[in-house]
Amino acid sequence: MTGNLQFDAQGRLRHFLTIDGLSRETILEIFTIAESFISVGEREIKKVPLARGKTVVNLFFESSTRTRTTFEIAAKRLSADVINLNVGASSAAKGETLLDTVRNLEAMHTDLFVVRHNQAGAAYLIAAHVPPHVHIINAGDGAHAHPTQAVLDAFTIRRHKGGFENLKVAIVGDILYSRVARSLIRVLDILGVPEVRVIAPRTLLPTAVETLGVRSYTDMGEGLDDADVIVMLRLQRERMRGALIPSEQEYFNLYGLTPGKLECAKPDAIVMHPGPMNRGLEIDSAVADGPQSVILPQVTNGIAVRMAIMALVLGGREPAEGGRPA
Amino acid sequence: MRLLIQGGHLVDPANLVDAEKDLYIDDEGFVVGVGKAPEGFKPERILDAKGRIVCPGLVDLRARLREPGLEYKATIESEVQAAVAAGITTLCCPPDTNPVIDTPAMAQMIQHRAWRFGLAFIHPLGALTKGLAGMELTDMRALNDAGCVGLTNALAPVTDTLVMRRALEYAASFDLTVFLHSEDPWLHANGCMHEGEVSTRLGLPGIPEAAEIVGVARDLALIEQTGVRAHFCGLSSARAVAMIARAQGRGLPVSADASAHHLHLTEHDIGFFDTQCHVLPPLRSLQDREGLRAAVQRGTIAAICSDHQPHEPDAKLAPFAESEPGVSALETLLPLTLRLVDENLLTLNQAIAMLTVKPARILGVDAGHLGVGATADVCIFDPEARRTLTAENMVSRGRNTPFLGRELRGRVTHTLVGGDTAFELGE
Repeated sequence: MTGNLQFDAQGRLRHFLTIDGLSRETILEIFTIAESFISVGEREIKKVPLARGKTVVNLFFESSTRTRTTFEIAAKRLSADVINLNVGASSAAKGETLLDTVRNLEAMHTDLFVVRHNQAGAAYLIAAHVPPHVHIINAGDGAHAHPTQAVLDAFTIRRHKGGFENLKVAIVGDILYSRVARSLIRVLDILGVPEVRVIAPRTLLPTAVETLGVRSYTDMGEGLDDADVIVMLRLQRERMRGALIPSEQEYFNLYGLTPGKLECAKPDAIVMHPGPMNRGLEIDSAVADGPQSVILPQVTNGIAVRMAIMALVLGGREPAEGGRPA
Repeated sequence: MRLLIQGGHLVDPANLVDAEKDLYIDDEGFVVGVGKAPEGFKPERILDAKGRIVCPGLVDLRARLREPGLEYKATIESEVQAAVAAGITTLCCPPDTNPVIDTPAMAQMIQHRAWRFGLAFIHPLGALTKGLAGMELTDMRALNDAGCVGLTNALAPVTDTLVMRRALEYAASFDLTVFLHSEDPWLHANGCMHEGEVSTRLGLPGIPEAAEIVGVARDLALIEQTGVRAHFCGLSSARAVAMIARAQGRGLPVSADASAHHLHLTEHDIGFFDTQCHVLPPLRSLQDREGLRAAVQRGTIAAICSDHQPHEPDAKLAPFAESEPGVSALETLLPLTLRLVDENLLTLNQAIAMLTVKPARILGVDAGHLGVGATADVCIFDPEARRTLTAENMVSRGRNTPFLGRELRGRVTHTLVGGDTAFELGE
């Protein structure tokens, strides 16, 4: 379990567990495939036969609506058979170990598991113990990684900004607990974004955050200055309990994205949020629903990007024209 | 059996011996001659030790045998066999068994079980507080009379500073040594690894260095207040050992050890969630490891121990934070210490001292030396023999070690306990 398991001996992507170790080419290839799938969603018959006959299990040990739904739609548009399992309430509660749960489902000839778990490293553990023909996509493991979200965020940035070379990206909020932030920082680094900033009080920043290659700010105005892209993170309301922040009011006053604070960024800056949003806590409705918000396009893009990643790990790597219905 | 160990290189730091010398052992199991035969000595067996190192049997300051209560992980029998196969003849085991060793009866039971196998000497530590709950003192003097060589609250820090003060005062009244795992439990919180670069990357909850610093600072203040003799177990950070060095400089009666794996591994060895590197206290930064090594070199850290914690395989087959901490480490204690000699940190003589006479002095037991009159606890090893550690060739029931698949230098060929052969390497 010590190495980067997501590549096979030939260097092909076998699992999608983390952004670590991905090449720029691989990410751009995902973008290319995803672009071809965008049109699939806009057609009347929203299906391609790339994963026909494959069984995909959405194995969610932690509740989720959006991510699970977009994975389900993505798999169905690839013509796979999809089963959704919310294990949080069943096996785990009965004392079954994580690996036993997976082994049982694997015995049902599953081809691809999409796994979400509240423990960092859970997707790695599973990937280390499945046979070679079974693939794992990490849909979020603890505070570690959410690589499909990061790729779809980067994809969304490219669609709105054209490229990455001259961008300043600011990520605001609960970085300490955010798997989205960890994966996004990595993917932006690989794609050549020259400046990534994180903005939060010190209690919500990991101790060694700058070793991730970002600049950290505690002041929203300074951090947003001249930014091209603003990524707002969800603040879990229970964060008051660990004495991490004093109150919702203080947090909103200092770090909530209001039209006034948005003016610190470039006039054409885009605003993103991986969802689900807390309106009035980390983001003002006027911004969330405003002209600079690309929060809903993120969701639409998420389906195409997840289709592309599924197709890639399942081995159905098809170029643009392959995305057309057969 | 009268035994002559012939032609070996005898390393006995307690007696300042480091030369090719024969060792003569009588049929009572005592050393009766070093370098020259006692008058009229006729050996019944001659053991050829040419090309090998002959040293006192190793003394391990901290090894969990898992009995009673956790026999699905290991037993006294299985682990004592692993110990003697690794040249260890004296083991000290912490009281965090189930039930806890907080009564004289429990202390005696452990020793009776060990005597039944007769392979190695086992010295328990008694609990500092009843049930390790940190509230009421144990019958420390009775535990000592029942064979406990010291007292500890193991990995459960006594959070109430007044109880801690009383416990240390009471132990000091009877000249008992207290073994401390100093840590602030609130700063530890739900952490499972060093808080730093790797925890930031992996998104795992970290244990800040400050957790250890605060714990050590508190305990040093109470040691100074009470005058108790104290031993700090398995420190993990450079700043904490620097505090111990200053305390020693001021004349406080404090000693410290390090586990062999903390002298070789860092947070980076966790890589992508390697649960075999999940240990407590955690593997820290490279600078911390260098600080521990410097403290070993200077003598601030007097002893190297295994901190053996055998587990069943399932204990490590879980997401990192949910896996159980600890390494099965008896069988790597000698090879990992010899690696410090290869890396020019220690001389062979110093390395052997840190595995024998120095830990024996910390425990206050008569072991770890081979002068005339000493009990013949002997470890003979081939310093050049190399082998790759595998789950199959490990003797311990626990195969949980990050060193699986690594080549280790130094192979024990014979272990004698009280003159009897406790282990002999087959061909």
